[in-house]
Amino acid sequence: MSKFLNGLMRPTEGGSRPRAESVAPARGGGRALPGVAAGRNIVAAAVFSLAVVSPAVAEKIGLGRPALPEEIAAWDLDVAPDGTGLPAGSGDVFTGEEVFAEKCAVCHGDFAEGVGNWPKLAGGQDTLDHDDPLKTVGSYWPYLSTTWDYVNRSMPFGDAQSLTADEVYAIVAYILYSNDLVDDEFVLSDGTFADVELPNAEGFILDDRLEAEKHFWNPEPCMENCKDSVEITMRAMVLDVTPEEESAAASGDAAPVEEAEAEEPVQAAAVLDPELVAKGAKTFKKCKACHQVGDGAKSKTGPILNGIIGAPAGYVEGFRYSKAMKAAAEGGLVWDEAELAAFLAKPKKYMKGTKMSFAGLKKEGDIEAVIAYLKSYSQ
Amino acid sequence: MSDDAKSLAPSRRQFLTGAAAAGAGAVAAGAARAATPDPLITEVQEWASGLGEGVDATPYGMPIQFESDVVRRNVEWLTADTISSINFTPIHALDGTITPQGCAFERHHSGAIELRKEDYRLMINGLVETPLVFTYEDLERFPRENRVYFCECAANSGMEWAGAQLNGAQFTHGMIHNMEYSGVSLRTLLEEAGVSPEGKWVYVEGADASSNGRSIPLEKAMDDVLVAFKANGEALRKEHGYPVRLVVPGWEGNMWVKWLRRVEVMDQPVESREETSKYTDTLANGVSRKWTWEMDAKSVVTSPSPQAPIKHGKGPLVITGLAWSGRGSITGVDVSLDGGKSWQEARLAAPGTDKALTRFYLDINWDGSEMLLQARAKDSSGYVQPTKAQLREVRGLNSIYHNNAIQTWWVKANGEAENVEVS
Repeated sequence: MSKFLNGLMRPTEGGSRPRAESVAPARGGGRALPGVAAGRNIVAAAVFSLAVVSPAVAEKIGLGRPALPEEIAAWDLDVAPDGTGLPAGSGDVFTGEEVFAEKCAVCHGDFAEGVGNWPKLAGGQDTLDHDDPLKTVGSYWPYLSTTWDYVNRSMPFGDAQSLTADEVYAIVAYILYSNDLVDDEFVLSDGTFADVELPNAEGFILDDRLEAEKHFWNPEPCMENCKDSVEITMRAMVLDVTPEEESAAASGDAAPVEEAEAEEPVQAAAVLDPELVAKGAKTFKKCKACHQVGDGAKSKTGPILNGIIGAPAGYVEGFRYSKAMKAAAEGGLVWDEAELAAFLAKPKKYMKGTKMSFAGLKKEGDIEAVIAYLKSYSQ
Repeated sequence: MSDDAKSLAPSRRQFLTGAAAAGAGAVAAGAARAATPDPLITEVQEWASGLGEGVDATPYGMPIQFESDVVRRNVEWLTADTISSINFTPIHALDGTITPQGCAFERHHSGAIELRKEDYRLMINGLVETPLVFTYEDLERFPRENRVYFCECAANSGMEWAGAQLNGAQFTHGMIHNMEYSGVSLRTLLEEAGVSPEGKWVYVEGADASSNGRSIPLEKAMDDVLVAFKANGEALRKEHGYPVRLVVPGWEGNMWVKWLRRVEVMDQPVESREETSKYTDTLANGVSRKWTWEMDAKSVVTSPSPQAPIKHGKGPLVITGLAWSGRGSITGVDVSLDGGKSWQEARLAAPGTDKALTRFYLDINWDGSEMLLQARAKDSSGYVQPTKAQLREVRGLNSIYHNNAIQTWWVKANGEAENVEVS
C-alpha cells in the first residue's frame, strides 16, 4: 500500500542522491541524523562522539536514488486487511462468473471446486477441526484482502497482472458467491469491501509455542531406560508412495533408457532446425503449466500435445475439452501449422470459449519455434 | 556410463531385492583376507596408462558421471505441476554441512525466472524518509557480510505428520539447504532509506509472478536478515533467486524471498496469501497458529537411511546426520539405536554455529542386528527435539508445517533401512 511520507520525499538535487536531510527524529536510541542543525542532535553528537566511528552510527552511504511516485505506484500493489491499497472499482457476481469461467476455471473448476491437484477455492466450511480439513477462501482464509491481493498480483497462473481492477473485484465477488457468502445480487467494490467478513477471521492465534510447548525445553532429557518397549506402528514401505529411483543414471539399467530418450528427438527432428527446436523448448516453458509433451506425458490442466501437428482438434481421448473446441472438432478443424499458429497468437480471439487461459505468444518467432518443438514430438 | 562403472555399482533396487547379495557377501569377507590378488591392483588399468581430459573440457564443472544419482528429486503426486512445486536435496548422499547449490532443493510458486543483473531493481518504500531504488551495482558497493545459514521449508517433513510415508531422508527431510551467503545486511539498506518511527513491519516481495510477499517484524529485519547475491562463493543459481534473494536466518524458508524486488516499511502486516492461507498450523480444535516463523530444533540420520543402506555387513559403521535450530546453535545430538529406549551422545564434527547445519557422527561396531535409529537435537535455547507423539499431543494430526519430530529408520539385519513410526 502506498503510505510513504510525501512530506519527507525530497527531489534529487544534482546528479547523485543527496544525503537525507530529514527532520524526522531518529528512532529511540538510533544514530543521530547528519546535517540537521537541531541543537539536540549537536549535543547528541558531542556526547556520543566516541560512538561515531562504529558502523551502527555510520552516516548514510549515499547509494541508490529516490524512487519516483510512478515507480512506487507501479510496484506497490499490496492490500492490507482493512482495505488500504485497494484501487477504485467494482464487479458483480454475474460478471465474475463469466470472467472466472474464462480465466480461472481451467484450474479451479467452474464452481471454484478445483481441478485435480489445483487449489479448491470454495467449500470446506466447518471442516477445520475434522480429519483432513478442506481449506478454502470460504473455510479458512481470514481476510478478503488476501484474496483480492493475490488474484490481482499473481493470477491467472502464467498470465499474472493482466486483470483489470474491475475484473479482480468481479472474480472475488464470484469466489464469495461460490462459498455461499454473498447472494447473486452482490457487487464487490472498494466501497462494499469492508462489509464482508470471512467466516474464519477469528480462527487464528499467534504463535504460542513458547507457552504451549514449553515442556520441550528440557535441561535433562532421558538417556537410559526411557521406555519399556518399542513397537513399529507404521511402515512407509506398506504405503509405498515413494518415487522409484529408476531414473538414477547410477543404477546401470537406467543408462540405456536415457540414451534412447536422447535419440528419439533427433530422429523425429531430422528435417527440423535443431536451434529452432531448442528455442521452442524454451518458449514451451510458458505452456508447461498446463501441457505435457514427450515420453510419459499426461494430460493435466491441458491435453498432452504429442503428435498435435496435423492432428484433428480435440483428439486426446478422455480430455474434457471446452464446448468451443468440441464444436471446432466436429467442424473438421485440423491443427496444421497455419491453424495452430493462429490459435497460439491469440487463443481467445481465435476460438471464443476455449478453456486455454493463455494470452498468446506475441512474437512470430516464438510461435514458429514452439511449433518446431511440438513437431519434434510427432509420435 | 561405461560398462565398468555399471558392473561396479549395483543399483539400490538390486540391493533391496537381494540380487547383490553375493557381492555384499564378498565385501564383508574382504575385511578378513583376500583369496586372490585384486586385478584392480595387479593389472595396469586404463586410467593408469592412458590420458585423462585436458583443462577446459568442462569450463564449469559438473559432478563426475558416477555421482549422477546424487540429484534433487521431485515427488510428482504432491503438487499439480512442477512450476508451483518443490523438490528435495539428496541429503542422504552428502556429507559435511555446506549444500552445493546445484543439488539444493527448489521451491517455486510461479517457476524459476531468469532476471539479468542489469534488469534488477530493488525498491525500499513505505514508512521511510526517502523511498529508494537500488541497482545490482549499488548493492555491491555497500559493506558486505559473509554468513552460513540453513534454509528449511516450513513443509519439510510435512508429509510425515499423519504417519511414516516417504521412504528416504531426501524426501522426509530434504527441503533444507545450508549455504554461505555474501550480501548486505537489510538493516544497512533500511537505514539508507531511513525508517520512520511508526514503522513496525517490513513487507518483502519478489519479482516473479507469484511475488511471494511476506511480512517480517521490523525487529527481525533490523537484526540478522541479509540481502544476498552470492552463495557458496558464486552467484546465486537461477532457482535460488538470482541475482538477489533475502536470507532470513532461522525462519521458515518461505520468507526467504527470491528475486527480491521490494521492501516496504509498514505499520501492520499485509496478511498475504503465504502468511494466512499457507504456512499456518491448524490445531486439533480447528484453530490455527500464525506467525510461526522460527524453525524448531531438528535432526535426522542421513546415513544409514532408506536410500543409503548398509552394504558392508557387520563391523565398523559410521552413523551420521544433520542437526539444526532456528533458535540458535546446536549444542548436542543424541542417537538411539533402539527406538528411543536409550541414547548416547554423538560427536559433533564441529561446534554448532548460529542457525546453521551441524554434522554429527556416531562411530559404532555394528553387530548386524536390527536397529531403530533415531537422532535427537538439542539447541542453545535448551530445547530438545520432541517425538512425533509429543508433537501430536499438542498440535493434533492436521498440522502440515513445522514438523520437527524425531525420525526413526528401521535398519534391518541385511542393512536395508525403512522409514517407520514406533510406539
